[in-house]
Amino acid sequence: MTISDLVYFAQLAGAAAFVLGLHYMNSPATARNGNLLSAGGMILAVVATLVGLVTRPGGLSPASWTIIIVGFAIGAGAGLWMAKNVKMTAMPQLVSLFNAVGGGAAALVAIQDYLRIGTEGGASVSTSVFVVLGAAIGCVTFSGSLIASGKLQGVVSGKPIIFPGSRPLTVVLAVVAVLGTAVLILDAAGTFALGGGVAALVLGVIIASALVFGITMVLPIGGADMPVVISLLNSFTGTAAAMAGFVLNNPVLIISGALVGASGGILTKLMADAMNRSIMNIIVGGFGGGEGTVGSAGGGATQARGISADDVAIQLVYASNVIIVPGYGLAVAQAQHACRELAELLESKGVDVKYAIHPVAGRMPGHMNVLLAEANVPYPSLKEMDEINPEFDRCDVALVVGANDVTNPAARRPGNPVSGMPILNVDHAKSIVVIKRSMGRGYAGIDNELYGNPKTGMLFADAKDGLSQLVAAVKAL
Amino acid sequence: MTELLFPITIFVLAILVGFEVISKVPATLHTPLMSGANSIHGIVLVGGMLIAADATEIVGYTLAFIAMVFGATNVVGGYVVTDRMLLMFKKKPTAPKADAKA
Repeated sequence: MTISDLVYFAQLAGAAAFVLGLHYMNSPATARNGNLLSAGGMILAVVATLVGLVTRPGGLSPASWTIIIVGFAIGAGAGLWMAKNVKMTAMPQLVSLFNAVGGGAAALVAIQDYLRIGTEGGASVSTSVFVVLGAAIGCVTFSGSLIASGKLQGVVSGKPIIFPGSRPLTVVLAVVAVLGTAVLILDAAGTFALGGGVAALVLGVIIASALVFGITMVLPIGGADMPVVISLLNSFTGTAAAMAGFVLNNPVLIISGALVGASGGILTKLMADAMNRSIMNIIVGGFGGGEGTVGSAGGGATQARGISADDVAIQLVYASNVIIVPGYGLAVAQAQHACRELAELLESKGVDVKYAIHPVAGRMPGHMNVLLAEANVPYPSLKEMDEINPEFDRCDVALVVGANDVTNPAARRPGNPVSGMPILNVDHAKSIVVIKRSMGRGYAGIDNELYGNPKTGMLFADAKDGLSQLVAAVKAL
Repeated sequence: MTELLFPITIFVLAILVGFEVISKVPATLHTPLMSGANSIHGIVLVGGMLIAADATEIVGYTLAFIAMVFGATNVVGGYVVTDRMLLMFKKKPTAPKADAKA
């Protein structure tokens, strides 16, 4: 058994740790250990690779050492700092950013290996295929994930952006990439004799098309669908890593990349199902600019009734059942703690308080659970949609804090952007109070018919201010 | 082609494992699970090390360096942020309210 055999086994053990880690992450009880196991596998694989490189004939040149050490230090430092300092509300866009750089790295690995082989007499047909796939998929995820991250951060508009000719452009880019791929493969097969320079240029064209394709693919998709898009791009990055693994002939890259590609695909489907959307619908819906999907829900002008904090406080204290519906507005205002304070106050007065958690409350499935857990809201009070929906009929006051589209009754009718989306039956409650800064629209870009409901009172305030006012008013009673 | 048979075999098997390893996941865990899978493709860092080792000229050095930075960001940031998410779920059972109700 040589050292390179040992290195191989260590990398294999790393890949096995990834599989087990992912499996443990299926259940809340074992999830954290699963992630730690996976991280352990990563450390093992990386250290083993370094050992393999150092002990190989010729070892590592000083330049290579410098690149590896300095590059790792900068990347690790940046990643650690961002992961430690990001607000939990901004976490989805950070995951998308990490996905972008992962895709970029996979593309760079494929490109550099192709260039290196080019100087050594040219790539084989199979290598060309994997290089082009790795570079193209990696570039699409790089630019696409950056746009997705920008949309969630608000740097890029969250609304679907459709410019004239965006659809043909996307198709043209895809055709250019495919043609370029065909040229490189035929070149490797000996049909053309392009020479290294021209081949590199063709690869450059493919890369540029893929980068722009990533942008034109994600721009027309609305912010509400971003979680599904990020998950899909995550799966793409896995595939790109596997392609890079084929180029480098490295089994641990192939195994891990394929693992993420497949499991990411399943997860994307699960997420889309939770939102009652199909993946094809989201992607192709984004391409289809001419269908006029954005517009009013057709409910007529919404007339909302304002309500004061004191009135709301009275309603809440004399209610026996209150359901709080937290949404993204609660998260951005960092109002989780004020929310829990109000709930505890009401409970001390004998009111039964529950939280209705929509599957996509916040910005991503499960995001709201994380935010409320951060504020120490007891786990048993958090109810998932299917469980809480029948209870709205018995509920005295539904308190909607910063949630919008997930409460819009228009979703039950066909023909508008939220049609078919599962919603919380807030309109079934005896009385509805909405804390919201303005009558502004949610992600779907349409008016919320709930606000026009005669049972609804609007408390116009930032989520945190509104809840603090309520806490003060309830205490004063 | 022959030399590709083995890599393609493990690729296909790993895809099947990937399909099977995700089963019924509660919606609550979708985000952490995605973030966890996101960290795993950071394994491309290994690819960055391999190209850094074989690079001989300035273009190669530059590409390898950027790949190292990107890969390391993906790996370290991904695992840390996933752990932060999961840590919050851990707090739940020990929340004083939950104990009082139980």
